[in-house]
Amino acid sequence: MTGADAAHIAMGIPMTLGLTAGAFAIGSVLGFPVMLARSTGFLPLRVAVIAVIAFVRALPPILWVFLIYFGLGSGLLNLSPFVAALSAFGLIAAVNMAEIYRGGMLSISSGQWEAARALNLSRVSTWTDIMIPQMTRVALPPSATYVIGLMKDSAIASTIGVTELAYRGKQMSQITFEGLSAFAVVGVCYIALSLPVAWIARTAEKKLRAKVAR
Amino acid sequence: MIETLLMGVTWADVKTWLPGFWNGFLISLKLTFVSLVLGVPMGLLLALGVQAKTRASRLTCLALVEIGRGAPALVMLQFVYYGLPSAGISLPAFTAAAVALCWNTGAYTSEIIRAGLDAIPAGQKEAAEALNLSRVDELRFVLLPQGLRIAVPALMGFSILVFQGTSLCFAIALPEIISRAYDIGSMYFFYFPALAVAGLFFAAVCIPASFLVEWFEHRAGAYSRR
Repeated sequence: MTGADAAHIAMGIPMTLGLTAGAFAIGSVLGFPVMLARSTGFLPLRVAVIAVIAFVRALPPILWVFLIYFGLGSGLLNLSPFVAALSAFGLIAAVNMAEIYRGGMLSISSGQWEAARALNLSRVSTWTDIMIPQMTRVALPPSATYVIGLMKDSAIASTIGVTELAYRGKQMSQITFEGLSAFAVVGVCYIALSLPVAWIARTAEKKLRAKVAR
Repeated sequence: MIETLLMGVTWADVKTWLPGFWNGFLISLKLTFVSLVLGVPMGLLLALGVQAKTRASRLTCLALVEIGRGAPALVMLQFVYYGLPSAGISLPAFTAAAVALCWNTGAYTSEIIRAGLDAIPAGQKEAAEALNLSRVDELRFVLLPQGLRIAVPALMGFSILVFQGTSLCFAIALPEIISRAYDIGSMYFFYFPALAVAGLFFAAVCIPASFLVEWFEHRAGAYSRR
């Protein structure tokens, strides 16, 4: 396996990062309303959301990718592999981020809610000025762990032909008949990509903690 | 919309698929069992190995753990199944899957077990030393019984992920549940109904299991909440 072959595999990095970042962005945004619905006082909605979260998490990611790409794709919608994978991982990320946000919210002591009410803060202000800043600090480490996991799961998109790292690795193993080095290069790429994410998360967490440290 | 998705598949069709799905389900269960039975003890050894005194064994264990956690399980499966033959080792699909998933399980559970051991108060270790217990006795009578008990809920949660992870063996042509659904889909074009049946198998196992784990976590936490 030559350097050019390894470079061909590494050209899948932007696709892997794009898929991961896109799915994480969808999940971070959709996760918030899902979390609110999950903790609502309106019982039927809460039960329905709990059921949906349990169901989405019960099926393995590859099944969601297939259901959207082959299942919906063969009758209803004609989705490109990338869009199908993005929707599947976005859906999975939304329920998982909702659970991470909920963990952050549960960590806020009830006195904070009562204080916000006593100060007659509006609902919006209570969230944006009191709850979200505190939730972010608690939710950041699990979110970073999750985004690294999401990146590794994004390898599943190779099974429907998204030309990311794992896809190019398999392609190269079939061209050169050197599967050992081809898949080793893929593995090293994933490990190398997850290191900076872990580092950024650690630094950001330290900075956020320093703000409230007394 | 539902009619378009179901493509006129009847209950009778689904019934003819069920034996195939059941066999795929058994393969997934068998693979989960093998991965856990071999992987968790490996995780214990790796957890002890990364804290070992000799540098060589510490580094080897650390490398095994970091590769096992850092590389996607799908890539590890393909590495073992499609990669090792170029080094002269050809494994059948099930064995290859078991090797890759055991490695993956060992790497993840080693971190869970290490966290369990780290959660034991330092006084326990000091007390064991003060009693002049040997390293083995200290592990066997003091550290492992407490550390493993702390790790049990997380290990149970991880077993659900191992079961879900067997679905990746689709990529190495092991006839588990997803492969069966895909075959029916590509043969008759009944993708959605076949994949939906596969989904029911996963939901039937994973939903009750995850509620069980949640209940267990709650119960395990009850001791510290008192």
